[in-house]
Amino acid sequence: MKGNEAIAEAAIRAGVDAYYGYPITPQSEVMEYLMAERPHLRTGMVVLQAESEVASINMVYGAAGCAKKAMTSSSSPGVSLMQEGISYIAGAELPCLVVNVARGGPGLGTIQPSQADYFQATKGGGHGDYRLIVLAPNSVQEQADFVSLSFDLAFRYRTPVMILSDGALGQMMEKVELPPQRERMTAEEIEAQYGHWATLGKPASRERNIITSLKLKAEQMEAHNLHLQRKYAQIQEAETRYQSLRCDDADYVLVAYGLSSRICQKAVDLARAQGIKVGLLRPITLWPFPTAPIAELARAAKGFISVEMSAGQMVEDVRLAVNGLRPVHHFGRMGGMITSPSQVLEQIKTLFLNPQASLNGGAH
Amino acid sequence: MSASHDSDTLLLEDIIRPENLVFEKTACLTDNTLSYCPGCGHGTAHRILMEVVEEMGIQGQTIGIAPVGCSVLAYDFMNVDMQQAAHGRAPAVATGIKRVMPEKYVFTYQGDGDLAAIGTAETIHACNRGENITIIFINNGIYGMTGGQMAPTTLAGMRTSTSPFGRDTEMMGHPLRITEMVATLPGVCFATRQAVHTPAAVRKAKKAIQTAFELQRQRKGLSLVEIVSNCNSGWKMMPRKANDWMEENMFPFYPLGDIKK
Amino acid sequence: MAKARGAIVVDVEGCKGCDLCVGACPTHVIELSRKVNSKGYHFAYMEHPDACIGCAHCAMVCPDSVITVYRWKPAPKPREATTA
Repeated sequence: MKGNEAIAEAAIRAGVDAYYGYPITPQSEVMEYLMAERPHLRTGMVVLQAESEVASINMVYGAAGCAKKAMTSSSSPGVSLMQEGISYIAGAELPCLVVNVARGGPGLGTIQPSQADYFQATKGGGHGDYRLIVLAPNSVQEQADFVSLSFDLAFRYRTPVMILSDGALGQMMEKVELPPQRERMTAEEIEAQYGHWATLGKPASRERNIITSLKLKAEQMEAHNLHLQRKYAQIQEAETRYQSLRCDDADYVLVAYGLSSRICQKAVDLARAQGIKVGLLRPITLWPFPTAPIAELARAAKGFISVEMSAGQMVEDVRLAVNGLRPVHHFGRMGGMITSPSQVLEQIKTLFLNPQASLNGGAH
Repeated sequence: MSASHDSDTLLLEDIIRPENLVFEKTACLTDNTLSYCPGCGHGTAHRILMEVVEEMGIQGQTIGIAPVGCSVLAYDFMNVDMQQAAHGRAPAVATGIKRVMPEKYVFTYQGDGDLAAIGTAETIHACNRGENITIIFINNGIYGMTGGQMAPTTLAGMRTSTSPFGRDTEMMGHPLRITEMVATLPGVCFATRQAVHTPAAVRKAKKAIQTAFELQRQRKGLSLVEIVSNCNSGWKMMPRKANDWMEENMFPFYPLGDIKK
Repeated sequence: MAKARGAIVVDVEGCKGCDLCVGACPTHVIELSRKVNSKGYHFAYMEHPDACIGCAHCAMVCPDSVITVYRWKPAPKPREATTA
């Protein structure tokens, strides 16, 4: 099954109530699959092609405000258009899922895969102090699995969740074990499980519910921000996910997520075959970032390379985690070009095993 | 009612009795004091909208969407579940709600800047899809909240803070009659233009809102009720003067009445 | 013939003195007070209460919903009341 199709089928099976989207390469198969599958006949799920990404994210806002499982998917330029809506969703504390099947940028860029949206996804691409939970799958299987996980997290914390994938994972075909069908929830089940905050219509028994991100008074806005920050601290505490591969005795640690982590798995094998002790730390949540495990590795490892299909974005978080203790380098290609395992191995050798380079090897 | 009294000798206490009550504020409005300027039509529009909700008995099935603009705080005053939308996006938010809860009544309440400038795309496409929602569109020809800037609906020659010498249509384009525009779309079942400056106008406007909600109940498509209103602060006029000015200047360009029914 | 009589009650604190009710009253009952409320607005009041017919025109145009209207109607004459 294709990565994009796996997302779509997983959404139906996750009991998603609504998908609102707009076509963009390389993720158009998500909506195409949904439209062909007619999930309104299977589960009652709504699928609607909006007039723009701006409209689709605001449709998600509306449905999420009714505590419905609502999602959208897009690719980099479209996700840029959604940033306003994502900021509002974070501010109004609504649960939803945004999938970014990223492509190369900036601007219209290219339709080839890229990891250059890391900053946008993890640092708050829109305005204000907010965070998204960002999940980075590295297989078609995970793209499917993460849909349901995203909604669990989104509703647990009333916060938007992003799956940050890329054009290669979206277009890739792999075997996938699909999750079982989860029932869509009724309004009563929603209120029983998540409380009475949603706009489902005001019964006489309660005050009206209001979904808003507006606090006109500075004191109120600060209090709201402090509340959000406490929530984000909880998420950092409880939801940081990562995968560690042969890091225990590693002299050199590759840090890579998504597609790059698969390339690095192979690079680890190549290096180990040559007797070079290389490990891979793969962040699964890009936010919250696995800072503590990387800091722990920095006590024994000699150096780090952040391998990304970008000019070096996640490398900044790796450096913050390592905190000057060891050299941290970036390696990667841009604009839709993908590096190879042997190029990563060459980079390890050049950066760490070449005496000339090690003389200059600082944190750059 | 006391038959023993003659009308000329009645004391106020005899008149002000529960059995003689003919008009009071609807319970679908909250007790909060409206944040609008004195004489602003928003308040009257809020009231008749909530009166319709009360009279139809749909307070528990109604979800409103407040825009960005003066009525951003509409949820402080309307006693129904409400969502606040990003600037211009109310029809998209309404779409998102209505599609997952088609049995509810969903309305947006939007000003001219919100609906006819930044939100034109969302407006046109919600109309064109025939979303089964009601749009209440307050047109006062100016941006009120931000301090009286030119709106897409600002009349030719009209002075605003960003057209200080009057709207020059050569340079700034022409005022937009968006209700006539959307009336051409098959998804729109009802498009009307009303006002709320006189008792007669208020009655007609309320009737129009009733019609719009009734059509929503029948799932006929999108209904849009434009209310041409004043902006005393933006127009820099006393409220009664503003209403006179509105009749003389706004109504010729924005004639009242049903455009599509 | 006995005529209908009306009266209004103005929520003085909520009134913003916009004057629209004054203009809408067909029998010139309402004026703005020389006094002001706590917000500094000259609030509406019945200057000529005897003239009020309880038509509710004032309340219809009041943007702040601060006017409550009462109307007393004379009892129908007995022979009219027995028809039907």
